[in-house]
Amino acid sequence: MTGALATLLPLAQIDTGDTAWILASTALVLMMTIALGVFYTGLVRAKNSLNTFMMCVSSLAIGGIAWALIGYSIAFDGEGAILGGLGHVALNGVGFEPRGEGTIPHLVFFAFQGTFCILTLALVSGAVVERMRFGAWMVFGALWSVLVYAVLAHWAFGGGWLAENGLLDFAGGVPVEMGSGFAALAAALVVGARKDYGRQALLPHNAIYVLLGAGLLWFGWFGFNGGSGLGTNNASVLAFVNTMLTPACALFTWFVLDLVRGRRVTAVGAATSIIVGCVLITPAGAFISPGWAMVLGFLGAIPCYAVIVWRPRTRVDETLDVLAAHGIAGFTGILFLGLVAQVGWNGVADGLFYGDAGQFWSQALAAAVAPAYAFGATFVLLKLVGAVMPLRASEHDEAVGMDVVFHGEEAYASGEGAILVQPEADGELLVADPS
Amino acid sequence: MKLVIGIVRPEKANDVLEALYRAEVRGVSLSRVEGHGGELERVETYRGTTVKMGLSDKVRFEVAVSDAFVQPTIEALCEGGRTGEVGDGKVFVVPLEQAVRIRTGESAEAAVTPVVAR
Repeated sequence: MTGALATLLPLAQIDTGDTAWILASTALVLMMTIALGVFYTGLVRAKNSLNTFMMCVSSLAIGGIAWALIGYSIAFDGEGAILGGLGHVALNGVGFEPRGEGTIPHLVFFAFQGTFCILTLALVSGAVVERMRFGAWMVFGALWSVLVYAVLAHWAFGGGWLAENGLLDFAGGVPVEMGSGFAALAAALVVGARKDYGRQALLPHNAIYVLLGAGLLWFGWFGFNGGSGLGTNNASVLAFVNTMLTPACALFTWFVLDLVRGRRVTAVGAATSIIVGCVLITPAGAFISPGWAMVLGFLGAIPCYAVIVWRPRTRVDETLDVLAAHGIAGFTGILFLGLVAQVGWNGVADGLFYGDAGQFWSQALAAAVAPAYAFGATFVLLKLVGAVMPLRASEHDEAVGMDVVFHGEEAYASGEGAILVQPEADGELLVADPS
Repeated sequence: MKLVIGIVRPEKANDVLEALYRAEVRGVSLSRVEGHGGELERVETYRGTTVKMGLSDKVRFEVAVSDAFVQPTIEALCEGGRTGEVGDGKVFVVPLEQAVRIRTGESAEAAVTPVVAR
């Protein structure tokens, strides 16, 4: 009785301001999955646009359920080096009391972290759109959320071995960005290229969606980074401000690189650079000064641009360039913060430029290990799923388009030639009599 | 002088263009049309509304050619457009009374002989 009562009473260490902001941040990050759906949908052909969006929407279901049932426990229960425990399976022990030293209810922390798992899973879909079977995607997604995302989240955030080794990762350079980016590369290799890849121009069907999605992602990223201080503290404030600065500088660099390469500034490129900028600052968050955050945007965009230009010349149909925009940007951000972190700003650690070479090596270890695990585990997982069920649609279905094949809907249905079918009492579907 | 009309699957339009190019047929118009050629009807559902989609998207090629090019054009349309399943489309050949190139006023065979912009 007293236990149940205690959970309902406000606890001394909970801060209402902190809780309010993380509640809002959680909603912002959840919206990012839909924003990503808009972004991805604009980048594919019209006949696959609903399916591409639905891969993100399905992440809300399978990522959210997998997180509640087991992923959260693997990531955040206990301080095991490799894996967390099973103490929080199905939200066991997750209540109104704060977690550890926190100032927000454990439930809020759980939900905030859950939105990261959902978004990361949705990111991976960018590698396999326009040909992966929807059912196989969902089976893969449920397993991936637990076996790859939750494990990496434990290493970086949950007291696992990378965190123990001194890794600084503010909002998910390891689990979210390198996790999704290098998993995407593995997924693209296992599922294989679209049948027309490299033979026909496969163009974005709506560049406005691409810009709109990127803009909404940036908006949501203020909750993603700004909430990762887990309160309304200096860390959140600095990460919030840096989330404004780094993408602005990445945009500028992208403009310049576009001008040099093609003499025109492109809209799809601009949208991409917004994502790249947000990813760059994700690991560095509140560990680096606003000035260095701007430098990170200016310089960090360059390797991502290079990979985005190079990748389509290969046989690897990593369709929406998750590797370049997330993997490479996350890798760059993780390393960069090891150079320029300042105790004066973050109160935690200095980077190499400020006298602590050890910090850089902690970052470098994570930058080597996280991609290797994300790539290897995803590769094996998809091979196993592929042994049980076909991963990709037939050539015929690919030609028709995923929307009609898997969802029985079209994104831009005209209604011409559509005959209304009336449900009959005996369960038979009969065509309506027009008279 | 004939007008060759080919109605093909939209996903095969690029293959047809490629085949026409290889047959050295230049000067093509194409339009998006909807039609029905005996293929299976798709059932789509939007909330409570279930519909049978009787019409499928197709691409209609129109190629005006001199007599020597009629057969190569037909072959290119068939070769590029074929998947072997119902719904691959049709080719129609109709006589052409007159053709005029708007820019120069040239008519008949001269009007359907392609020139390349420099």
